[in-house]
Amino acid sequence: MSATETTPEPTASAPAHHGPSPREYVQIALALAVLTALEISTYVVDFGPLAIPMLIGLMTIKFVMVANFFMHLKFDNAMYSRMLYGGLGLAISLYAVTLTVMLFASAPAL
Amino acid sequence: MSADAHGTTLGLDHRKLAMWTFLGSEFLFFGAFISAYLLYLDATGSGPGVEIFDIPFTSISSFVLLMSSLTMVLAHHAHTQGDMRRMRLWILATAGQGMVFLGGQVFEFTVFYREGLNLTQSPFASSFFVLTGFHGLHVFLGILMLLGLYALSVTGKVKPGQHVKTEMIGLYWHFVDIIWVVIFTVVYLIPDLAMEAAA
Repeated sequence: MSATETTPEPTASAPAHHGPSPREYVQIALALAVLTALEISTYVVDFGPLAIPMLIGLMTIKFVMVANFFMHLKFDNAMYSRMLYGGLGLAISLYAVTLTVMLFASAPAL
Repeated sequence: MSADAHGTTLGLDHRKLAMWTFLGSEFLFFGAFISAYLLYLDATGSGPGVEIFDIPFTSISSFVLLMSSLTMVLAHHAHTQGDMRRMRLWILATAGQGMVFLGGQVFEFTVFYREGLNLTQSPFASSFFVLTGFHGLHVFLGILMLLGLYALSVTGKVKPGQHVKTEMIGLYWHFVDIIWVVIFTVVYLIPDLAMEAAA
């Protein structure tokens, strides 16, 4: 196996692209644009208690779409996904604990 | 330089592995600022709070940054195909959109300053400016890298076979974009909704 399994530097005559075609990239960008429009609609349309869960859901979908297709995580070695989502998981865990502790610390005494 | 010169014992390109490790660690960097912002959301003192945000304006700059990811990935695709002329065109389009985003941020900061929100005005203001300012700095560095890549490509120092260089800058650029996806929702949209619900 080559030492550069996923990203060999080929010769100029041997393209090494893996992933969607330009047409598919445009379709993904259009889907992202629609999702962004949905996000912005929460500013003008009252979705009631569904608004915040909807925003978090849309944010997550956009995040994963950019990471999977534009950053090629879906087509690349799984180790890269582990590096990205490992860092994300560590950050979410660390700051969730920190925020919880800070909220308790600033709460009025019983 | 042979292909194996960039390999690791994992069988991966060490430059890409380093970039992904760096990007993973950047979540901790931005996470700290986002947490501070959420913690100080109500600590506005006597100054303005989230009501100062201009959501329609920020939505447009967010959209521009999101679309710059499309032009970036098209630049990478063109490079893998050896089409350097098209690659340079998309690189310039990406840098241009980044500049539009940065221009929007400078305009937004100027408006906020005139309306009484400055860096030392309140914990809310400090956390907001530090978070969005550091993101803006990342965009600025991304633009410099894109323009550097463009210049190296024009002078023939980046060749058609060296598409990993475009891919690396692309990874950084897309990361800056996904961080803004999070900031736009968590910093702008959700607090604005919560404020309206509380009113």
